[in-house]
Amino acid sequence: MSGAVETKGAATKAGGAAAGFEPRITAFVCNWCTYTGADLAGTSRLHMASNVRIIRLPCTGRIDPLFIVKAFERGADGVIVSGCHPADCHYTSGNYHARRRFAVFHDLMEFIGVDPRRMTFSWVSASEGAKWRDVVDEAVANVRALGPFDAYRALAPEDAGMAAPAGPGAASLPAPAATEAEAP
Amino acid sequence: MNELRELAGKLLSDGTVRVVIGWEDARRGARPVFITDPAGADRLIFDTRCVHNLVTYLNPRRDNVAALGKMGLVVKGCDAKAVAGLLREAQLTRDDVVLIGVRCGGVLEENELLAALPLTPENVAPRCYGCDNREPRLVDYLLGESQPEPPRPVTTIAERVAALDEQPLEERWAFWTEQFGKCVRCYACRQVCPLCVCERCVADKTRPQWIEASPHPRGNLSWNITRALHLAGRCVDCGECERFCPVGIPLTLVNRKLQQIVGERYGYTVSDDPETPAPIGDYRLDDKQEFIK
Repeated sequence: MSGAVETKGAATKAGGAAAGFEPRITAFVCNWCTYTGADLAGTSRLHMASNVRIIRLPCTGRIDPLFIVKAFERGADGVIVSGCHPADCHYTSGNYHARRRFAVFHDLMEFIGVDPRRMTFSWVSASEGAKWRDVVDEAVANVRALGPFDAYRALAPEDAGMAAPAGPGAASLPAPAATEAEAP
Repeated sequence: MNELRELAGKLLSDGTVRVVIGWEDARRGARPVFITDPAGADRLIFDTRCVHNLVTYLNPRRDNVAALGKMGLVVKGCDAKAVAGLLREAQLTRDDVVLIGVRCGGVLEENELLAALPLTPENVAPRCYGCDNREPRLVDYLLGESQPEPPRPVTTIAERVAALDEQPLEERWAFWTEQFGKCVRCYACRQVCPLCVCERCVADKTRPQWIEASPHPRGNLSWNITRALHLAGRCVDCGECERFCPVGIPLTLVNRKLQQIVGERYGYTVSDDPETPAPIGDYRLDDKQEFIK
């Protein structure tokens, strides 16, 4: 499992936007609908892009926008957030709260200059294996077209490229976080 | 001003409050002052230099201030919105504080002046433009004369946000990573904010470390996104975070953008009515979801 991640990471670094770039996409999904839907897609043997790593959470309401920021920090080129359709939440209202939170997050990230096509939000129910496949394929195609998220990676401490406007000492800092990022 | 001094003296001498927090004249202009002795009430002032949002002293993190006893607090309109924010989130009960409202026609951007200046488009704090709360409602007393609208600043915050909105994504990314890149992670923005109420901030967590603590561009971006999001629909636009920022990050632009987002999406305007629920933590079944597939 982790071996596959390493390979993908290496390909990402070597490839660039051109040939050989395999998007690395982190999906945050709820336990009750989308995870089950993704499972259905698998047991139905639907073909879909294999670039997505799923993180299962109890509910979309449990997904802090900080998770997405962290995914980008650790080298994700795109993210998917998916859960139960409105009115289907296992906890009645978790997805409604999440919808507001992610609407604000989506707009803020766009304001800061993150291409919204790197962030896919969807409702996928337990019976929508085919929709999950479509969501995944579209997200991967979008991110593939955008290329690796080098702009975010350039913010990493060991990289001097973005360090020019940084605070004093930013360039000379050790980079413990970078080594962590290599070992998921 | 006499009105304010008399009222503060009366509240202190009849024991209604143990301390009145307001502004006084000092060597470098107006500054916050804690008055505990009725005789000291003569030090209180209110003019265009009184930019500070004193509601930060009501923040439940400041238990050392709460320990002084019941507080009387002088508030402008924007400050009263912050009190409403604390009440809305049950961080405070209305009886904890006596609010002395002052009618405010805007404040100066630069407050370290020996005498108050009349407001002009050049010197007014840009956030005051279009203020909808010049006469705070959530108060026990309302003092001062009716004030005119603040002048329109040379460049309004809305214009600056709109100018950024018009730029392509890459330009905005370059702008914000440069601005956030300057951050030295002193957390002055958090410490001064009347609504950053968490006893333990996520930025201080080390296990797991959600936000990298050292000041480099990646951790800075994470911190600044988090700070902004945690204030979405809560920020009262008092501008203290930007005023306190030692490296001059234009946090007001982020805050204003978030106000616009919750305004456009949920029709929410921050007010000093504590009964109106904040937009995050509330929901409607038919909220816009055009970004969701």
